[in-house]
This record gives sequence, structure tokens and C-alpha cells, in this order.
Amino acid sequence: MNPHKRSPFVIATAVLVYVFLYAPIVGLILYSFNASRANVTFEGFITQTSSRVVMDGSMVVSSPCGAFHWFCDLSKNDDVLEAAGNTLSIAFTATIIATIIGTMAALALQRYDFKIKPVSQLFLYIPIVIPEIVMGIGALTLFSQTFGWLNDVLHLTGDSRLSLGLATVTVSHIAFMVPFVTLVVQARLQGFDKSFEEAAMDLGANEWITFWRVTFPSILPGVLSGGLLAFTLSLDDFVITFFTNGPGSTTLPIYVYGLLRRIITPQVNALSTVWISIVFLAVLLLQWLQNREEKPKHE
Amino acid sequence: MLQRFRENKSWQGTFLALPTTIWLFVLLVIPLFLTLIISFGQRSPDGDVIFSFSLNNYTRLFGYSTDCPEGQASCFDPLYVNILWRSLTLAFNTTFIVILLAYPLAYFIARAAPKQRNMFLFMVLIPLWTNFVIRVYAWMMLLRKEGAINAVIGWVAHLLHIPFTPLEMLYTPSAVLVGMVYEFLPFMILPIYTSLEKIDNSLYEAAADLGANAVRTFLRVTLPLSMPGVVAGTILVFIPVMGTFIVSDILGGRQVILVGNLIQRQFLDARDPTFGSAASLILMVLTLIVTFFYTRKFGFGEEIVAA
Repeated sequence: MNPHKRSPFVIATAVLVYVFLYAPIVGLILYSFNASRANVTFEGFITQTSSRVVMDGSMVVSSPCGAFHWFCDLSKNDDVLEAAGNTLSIAFTATIIATIIGTMAALALQRYDFKIKPVSQLFLYIPIVIPEIVMGIGALTLFSQTFGWLNDVLHLTGDSRLSLGLATVTVSHIAFMVPFVTLVVQARLQGFDKSFEEAAMDLGANEWITFWRVTFPSILPGVLSGGLLAFTLSLDDFVITFFTNGPGSTTLPIYVYGLLRRIITPQVNALSTVWISIVFLAVLLLQWLQNREEKPKHE
Repeated sequence: MLQRFRENKSWQGTFLALPTTIWLFVLLVIPLFLTLIISFGQRSPDGDVIFSFSLNNYTRLFGYSTDCPEGQASCFDPLYVNILWRSLTLAFNTTFIVILLAYPLAYFIARAAPKQRNMFLFMVLIPLWTNFVIRVYAWMMLLRKEGAINAVIGWVAHLLHIPFTPLEMLYTPSAVLVGMVYEFLPFMILPIYTSLEKIDNSLYEAAADLGANAVRTFLRVTLPLSMPGVVAGTILVFIPVMGTFIVSDILGGRQVILVGNLIQRQFLDARDPTFGSAASLILMVLTLIVTFFYTRKFGFGEEIVAA
């Protein structure tokens, strides 16, 4: 029996599901080249280039960037650039902290017995089984109540008043990211052969050296993929950010959501196209790294 | 002191787990308690919280109303019960459709040659990693009256000489359902794929040797062994669908209000955090009950890590 044989029914459904997955994305990309500023129907590409933008009603006739008019327009949008900067700085900070403390927790849960272990384990399950909105409004309540109280007690006024911002978003992101890092690293630790560590200890290495020279390098792929997962979760997050962000800490998903409730120009599509391209390259890079890692095993 | 720390395994474990435990305690456990306390409170005229112990928010959520016609003192107002029921049925429907769509695709990928398999998986990851809000926006463009779906149907109708008026698809319950299915489909494909991929090929051969046909092999071998993936996927789909408010906000307009929208509006527009807190606790309890019974029946698969 050929294990790779598939029935026509399975193939047909698979094709249809792929079409369903990709049709919206293709449409989105197409509209980012729309000549019509109103962006209601696709009115064709912008075909001419000129030194400045020429409009005919709501139609862009020619632009310095030609067909890529909306992408140039986007690069001049300060709000988008600020939101992109916020998104990245939150994601980087949160990923670094979540990866470090999440890996530590994974080591603790996998290797040690200690009093608060059941408690730690229970806490780590919370973000997986509770809807994000419940965490979001919980964090908002925590911040607004404590900040309100602190502002009163410390008599803070004006700019020194505590309020929602980059810090509250970052801190909340770490909370929902940590469990995912821990899960991924734990899975890696389960497959780890302890005899390597015993061999290192027999050869006279102390625990510290054994950890950094033997254990850590072998769980590093797990730590990296946990970190990468955390990073994408942070980039993608809407709900938690929505409730914990304040003035000046708008992220890209929040910015796009704001636009959807107003007039939508092809600029939003251009932004989406850039995002999808980055995702495409990132996934491609990840696949390539994984393939490189797996190769020696097969051959 | 340091010597004792190095020898005490229990201390080391506590030390390693402590940062995460404290972090989660402060940002998840304390907020949940705060939400509980506030849900018993009352709203002050300027939108602040007055701490008290009143069950008003909960009775209001389950239909008790004092704003009645014909001078009655109290009556049943189904508004919020309907919202809860709508969210539950939508979450069940979404999960069901997502399983139907995801299973054949996961099966297709799992049975593909190893070289192709990576590419097919790659094709699932792209939509998954594309931002949630952007994906809702894509459907908004497709479903609009002037959107691509109406354009395609109109074009076919024109070819067949059938009169066609563009359908109103946006801002309907179906639009929200389609959006939800689209958003969460990848979360079902990946865990089902992971559990299908683990099935040893020799099992299929054994089933064939014993005279089972394709359908029987599927029902008796493939399906039972892939159940952990379906269970993990269900948890990954059902819980977020229950709490999501963007899809219904953008694709449902003001027509389709779910618990998520209710909570969001209480915190931002209506400014009654006490009622919003009560609603979010009910949402949490509902999802926990469903997840509990579901996992008790089918077990909690480790496939949840795969996605």
C-alpha cells in the first residue's frame, strides 16, 4: 500500500481550503495597488510616474512611485512609523524577559521538586484556558485601580501621574507569553538525555559548567523557538494591547483597527501587504533553519 | 549559605520558578480577584467603581430588569441572555465547521511526501502569522456590497443572463461566522496534523492486511488516533471564539453583539466596569465549564503545544 496515496475527495477539499485561506490575502494585496483612493472597487493599477502626484477626482493618475504609490504614501505616515516602532520595542523587550523567566520555569518544573510547584503549574495554565479579553480587562482593572490609588497617595500631578503606556503593555504581554515559552522548552527538556550531564559531572565539571556547556546548548533550539513563538504572539496581539495601551503606545494592530472604523484608503492595504511580506520571509527563514537542523538526522 | 543553596534542590527549583510565578500572580491572579470584587460593586454617576456587595450586575445579566412596561416592578429582559446564548452557539458552530475544513487538509498534508509536506505546512503558517486584524479587514473587503464575492457572482450571473442584485453579506451573522472560521482554521489544522503525522504507517498496512477497506481503516485507525489533535484544536478554537470582539465588531457591525462586544463596551463606551466585570466572569465560567467537560470526556492532548 502506498502511504502517500490520497483519495480525490481529500485532494479536492484540501485545494478548496487552501483557496479559502488565500483568496482574502490575494485580494488584500491586489487592492494595495488600487488607483482609486476610495478603495471601494478595484479600478486598475497606477500606470504612470511623474514628479508629483496627479489626481483625477478620487483616482490617482500618476505618482512619483508609480504603481507603488500607496507604499510611498505609507512610508511618509508618521503615525504608522510610530506604531511600528512601538510594536517592535514592546515585542523585543517582552520576548527577552519572557524567554529568560519562562526557560527558568521550564527547568524548575522539569528537573526539581519544590513546595510551590503545583501553584506555578496552575498559574501557567491560566492564559491557555481563559479568554484573552478576561485577561485584558483584568490587567486594565489592576492598572487603573493601583495607578489611581498611587496617584492620590503620592499626590502625583500632570506628567508624573502614572498612566497606561508602553510599560503596561509590555508587562501584560510578558504575562501571556511566558506559558508558551515554558511549554515549548519543557517539551525539549523531556527529550533530553540526562546521561550527557552525568558524563560531564563524572569528568569533573561542576553543575554550573555542566549547565552552560551541556544542557543549555542542547535545549537552545527549544529556547529559540519558544522565544520566536513569544515574539510573534506579541507582534500579533490585539486584545491585551487594546485594554492596556494608552496615549503614545499605539501598536500596529491597534492602529489598523482604528482605521477600519473610519475611511479606508489603499494605504491600509499597503500596510497589510508589507506585513504579509515580512511574515512570508520570516516563515521561510524559520523553515530553512529547521530543515538545516533536521538534515543530519535523515542522512 | 551559598553552599547550602547549591545543595538544596528544593530551593533551587523555587528560585528558578519564582520570577514566572510572581509575574503570573500579579498580572493574572490578582486581576481575576479584582474583577470578582468589582463585579459585586456598583457604578458611580461619573463611571467610577463604588465597592459594595450587590448581586445587581449578575441578576441584570440573567434577565432581571426593573425597566419594564405597564408599571411592573420587575420583569424578564432577555437581552443579555440572548447575547450569551448567541456567543455559545457561534463558538460551537465555528468549532464544528473548522473541524470539518481542517481535518481533510491536515490529512492531506500528513499523507504528502516529506518534501512536499513542509511546503504545505508553510502554506498554513502564512495566514496564521498574518495579523488577526488584517485578516478581518480582508474579509470586510470581500464581503462588501461592491466586494469581490458579489463581483464574481455578478459576473457569472451576467454570463448566464440571470438578473442579479448584489447581496448584502457584510454586517450579518453569517459574515461573523465566516470571519471566525477563517481566523481560527489554522489553529485546528496544526494540532490535527501533528497527531496524524505520529501514526505509524505499519498500522495502515496491518489494517489493510487484515482486510479493512479505506473507510473502515479511517474510522477504526486514523480517526481514534487523531482525536488528541482534534481535542487540542477545539480548545484552541473554542476559547478564543467565545471572547473575540473584533470579528463581530468589524464584520457584524451593530447587528451581531457577542459577550466580547458587551464587555468591551462596558469598559470603554458605557463606562460601567462593574457590569463588564460580571459579564467577563460569566464568560470565563462558561468557557471553563465547556473545556472541563470536553477534556474530561476526551482527555487533554499534548498536541496543544504544536500550535
